[in-house]
Amino acid sequence: MGSQGGFGNSKEFLDLVKSIGEARSKAEEDRIVLHEIETLKRRIVEPDIPKRKMKEFIIRLVYVEMLGHDASFGYIHAVKMTHDDSLLLKRTGYLAVTLFLNEDHDLIILIVNTIQKDLKSDNYLVVCAALNAVCKLINEETIPAVLPQVVELLGHSKEAVRKKAIMALHRFYQRSPSSVTHLVSNFRKKLCDNDPGVMGATLCPLFDLIAVDANSYKDLVISFVSILKQVAERRLPKTYDYHQMPAPFIQIRLLKILALLGSGDRQASENMYTVVGDIFRKCDSTSNIGNAVLYECICCVSSIYPNPKLLEAAADVISRFLKSDSHNLKYMGIDALSRLIKISPEIAEQHQLAVIDCLEDPDDTLKRKTFELLYRMTKSSNVEVIVDRMIDYMISINDNHYKTEIASRCVELAEQFAPSNHWFIQTMNKVFEHAGDLVNIKVADNLMRLIAEGFGEDDDTADCQLRSSAVESYLRIIGEPKLPSAFLQVICWVLGEYGTAGGKYSASYITGKLCDVAEAHSSNDTVKAYAVTALMKVYAFEIAAGRKVDMLPECQSLIEELSASHSTDLQQRAYELQAVVTLDAHAVEIIMPSDASCEDIEVDKNLSFLDSYVERSLEQGAQPYIPENERSGMINISNFRSQDQHDTSTHTLRFEAYELPKTSAPPRISPVSLAPSTELVPVPEPSYPVEMHHVASVPSVSDTGSTELRLRLDGVQKKWGRPTYSSPASSSSDSTSHKAVNGVTQSDVSSTSTSRTRDSSYDSRSAQAEISSEKKKLAASLFGGPSKTEKRPSSTSHKVARSTSPAVEKSQGPKAVASSTTGVVSEKAAPLQQPPDLLDLGEPTVTSSASSVDPFKQLEGLLDPTQATSAANHGAVDNTKAADIMSMYSEFPPSGQSSVIANPFTTNAGDANLIPGLSTTNKTGHAKGPNPRDALEKDALVRQMGVTPMSQNPNLFKDLLG
Amino acid sequence: MIRAVIVMNTQGKPRLTKFYDYMPPEKQQELIRRVFGVLCSRAENVSNFVEADSVFGPDTRLVYKHYATLYFVFVFDSSENELAMLDLIQVLVETLDKCFKNVCELDIVFNYSKLHTILDEIIFGGQVLETSSAEVMKAVEEISRLSLSLCFCWKQPQILSHLSLSPFLVGEVDSMHE
Repeated sequence: MGSQGGFGNSKEFLDLVKSIGEARSKAEEDRIVLHEIETLKRRIVEPDIPKRKMKEFIIRLVYVEMLGHDASFGYIHAVKMTHDDSLLLKRTGYLAVTLFLNEDHDLIILIVNTIQKDLKSDNYLVVCAALNAVCKLINEETIPAVLPQVVELLGHSKEAVRKKAIMALHRFYQRSPSSVTHLVSNFRKKLCDNDPGVMGATLCPLFDLIAVDANSYKDLVISFVSILKQVAERRLPKTYDYHQMPAPFIQIRLLKILALLGSGDRQASENMYTVVGDIFRKCDSTSNIGNAVLYECICCVSSIYPNPKLLEAAADVISRFLKSDSHNLKYMGIDALSRLIKISPEIAEQHQLAVIDCLEDPDDTLKRKTFELLYRMTKSSNVEVIVDRMIDYMISINDNHYKTEIASRCVELAEQFAPSNHWFIQTMNKVFEHAGDLVNIKVADNLMRLIAEGFGEDDDTADCQLRSSAVESYLRIIGEPKLPSAFLQVICWVLGEYGTAGGKYSASYITGKLCDVAEAHSSNDTVKAYAVTALMKVYAFEIAAGRKVDMLPECQSLIEELSASHSTDLQQRAYELQAVVTLDAHAVEIIMPSDASCEDIEVDKNLSFLDSYVERSLEQGAQPYIPENERSGMINISNFRSQDQHDTSTHTLRFEAYELPKTSAPPRISPVSLAPSTELVPVPEPSYPVEMHHVASVPSVSDTGSTELRLRLDGVQKKWGRPTYSSPASSSSDSTSHKAVNGVTQSDVSSTSTSRTRDSSYDSRSAQAEISSEKKKLAASLFGGPSKTEKRPSSTSHKVARSTSPAVEKSQGPKAVASSTTGVVSEKAAPLQQPPDLLDLGEPTVTSSASSVDPFKQLEGLLDPTQATSAANHGAVDNTKAADIMSMYSEFPPSGQSSVIANPFTTNAGDANLIPGLSTTNKTGHAKGPNPRDALEKDALVRQMGVTPMSQNPNLFKDLLG
Repeated sequence: MIRAVIVMNTQGKPRLTKFYDYMPPEKQQELIRRVFGVLCSRAENVSNFVEADSVFGPDTRLVYKHYATLYFVFVFDSSENELAMLDLIQVLVETLDKCFKNVCELDIVFNYSKLHTILDEIIFGGQVLETSSAEVMKAVEEISRLSLSLCFCWKQPQILSHLSLSPFLVGEVDSMHE
């Protein structure tokens, strides 16, 4: 029996396979395999194992690993086996290592030598085995070790070897193009090999090369065309026929190459017309492989310079595909159609019905392909139907990956072709409602931007309509459960910005809704932050309009709750809201101008408005600000942090009796002496020092502190001065020294802002933000020394809490922002920050949700050079203009075609499933029937060997090929 | 390029797996599980193609064919043609059938290494090497025969020589590059 010859296995192995096959559960299987691993581990190291036995062990290892268990203990034995002289063992060894090892595995180095030797072997089968291993195991570094031998094999007398050598070179090219660039000419040469198989193999690397740089291979167009012609004319030996097709795989590869070479090149394309036309005519459309070649022809035709006759032939084939009963052919037809409509859009028209059928088909693959086609043929005239369909489909599927994709396509199409603003908003609502957490957060920004800016026209009434329709739809949706976070953010923002704008809804109604949102999503800080800011806006607009503000009781309780929130961001927003509500109309209007989300915010980066204050303070004996370059780094932040953490532990619970001395040890000395410069590396952002400078300047001015302490620190600095500080590290060292100088006795604001800024450079930011007040206290206590620890913290937190509202009052206009940045967590910055975010098309990473989470991102954004934002603004303007034009087009009456397209959607929905129950049988193997006698014999034999077949049906492949 | 060949039975047990880019065993298991999940959810009379980018990354698709108790799955990227891959499965199965005479799942399980040999003759480093099952059979038989006679340097007769006697097909190309 052929199945055993040369590949025979012992009863042990068969028993293993059998018991695994009969395992009832995964656990049972695992137990068997683990037992097998134990056996192998024990036996494989026994001395003097016969080679045949060893071979079987290796096969069993491979089998075990295929079942998902670790067989790494046996890798070395597989490697050893590749050294064996016997071909059988060598092949087994190579098989095992190619399956076990990756190209970077440590053991590879032990194989390279063997491979080198084997590549030179007299026996071509050994060479083939080695080439096979080369493909899998040789990485960039080991390529040079085997490259000369592989190149030499290109001239081997056996075509099988030549073929494999070419493919090995191809593999090298894929892995590291630079290592074989000098050998590219070899591929060209091998194209002329005596053996058609070798020529066919050469097409693989050439395809890759041409895909990268078609121009260098234009000279080969004639050769490729002539090869294809000869293949199509059956000038190849009969052995290359496959199902009566002459070398179809070679034809397919050639057509792919021609498609690349002819793309956008009229002259090259003209050379191809005849041969492609011939293939269209000659190709056998009844066999699977014939259709594969035909499909490739269509791809080629749609890629090269268009030729009417070929396009016609392609359209014919497509309609045959689409009319076919086979789902596979329909799939290919849809795919081909989506390629061809780029060149001749009118072709889609005649296939509408077929396309609709495919859309309704139960086959998911076909459906998706059809959606892809629709996506490609979307115009402003049919966008509504297509996007509606897509959304329906999106709702119906569970696969998140595809849901995300289709959602982003919906958004893209809606943004590009939206016929009306109202429709756009409705569509976006649906997308957000059903896939809100899957879509890119940028989409939410875009939506808010669109609502804020309108479509860029001067027509204010249209914009107002847009906004009020948005507000209305959101008020309708807002009560629904399980809305995605991103969508809620949009809703809150829009309600805050425009909820009361039309005068249709009262402030108390809107605020009530916003409170509901915040309550319903109490675990989502971002949504709550949006809701609170929206509340503030609504109240601010009320005040500015001269109406009296009556805060709802639920709103009041919400604010109170949030002002004690763990999230400093929420706390800040709550305090801000409370502060804003107490202001008079004039002040509010300046802080929070109505509908100004798109306006630029001017930032006085020099903080010049503080000059008089600085002077006054100096006159009163305050310490002058020391520029950062004069302050050299003193104490490493991270050391302080670690010190802080020690403190935390000592403050709370001490488990170790002798930890105490560490806290009481002078903090100024140990950190300095410990400070390794490497710890400064994490904070090298270039913009950082500038920012620090500004933030720091204020506190230093407001300094009222003790010179004594500063002097002491200075002394330390000199004593422990570190000339090793390199410039990239300066930013953090500056902040450090600043902290050292100012932090202890001066404005708490400085210390907190420093620590917060510092926090922002760490990933675990959000977690730290929550405990930052704790840290502030600890930092203060650390700087102030043990004696002051008790008093400092309380004053700190008070001051922090209050510091913001005076800042807001004091500052005028846009400067409010700048001044409030000096506050700890600038509430002001959060709401006003949004406009630049929305406009900032160039930076997808800066998103509004992120900004609300991370106040310091906002600070950076505000202090950024203004060009950045203005550039982004230009982008935004261009974009909206483009959208404009689109929308203008969309106003045009729908063209004839589009209405035809659109109608079937509604009328033919019932036509689905015309072709249920059609099988995709392959017609090629009909001649071969099952042979029951053979099967029974085999079954008997297997049973003799003690193996029961694992299925009731011994003739498992009865319907094979049938 | 072909990324992977997976043969598994209808219970999801892998019978043969070959990944042409290295995958750690755990990852392989996960992929096999997910592929099985996808295949299970497919109805009877639908196409043999599935877009696989959620399993194997962007620009991948898979073609599968269901024979008796086995699924044959080829995973590949856009540089291959779906219908052609379907035929390649056919080539593999035809070859197995010739090799084992009415192949069944048991043959595949018990002749694990032979299966790898056959596959290596059809697909090499992720590229289609040979599509004629007769040629594959010849090569495999050659290997079996030589392996049995443990003399590795035995010079074998030119059994396959008729191939190189075939008329030289690309003469025009040759002359062009002289």
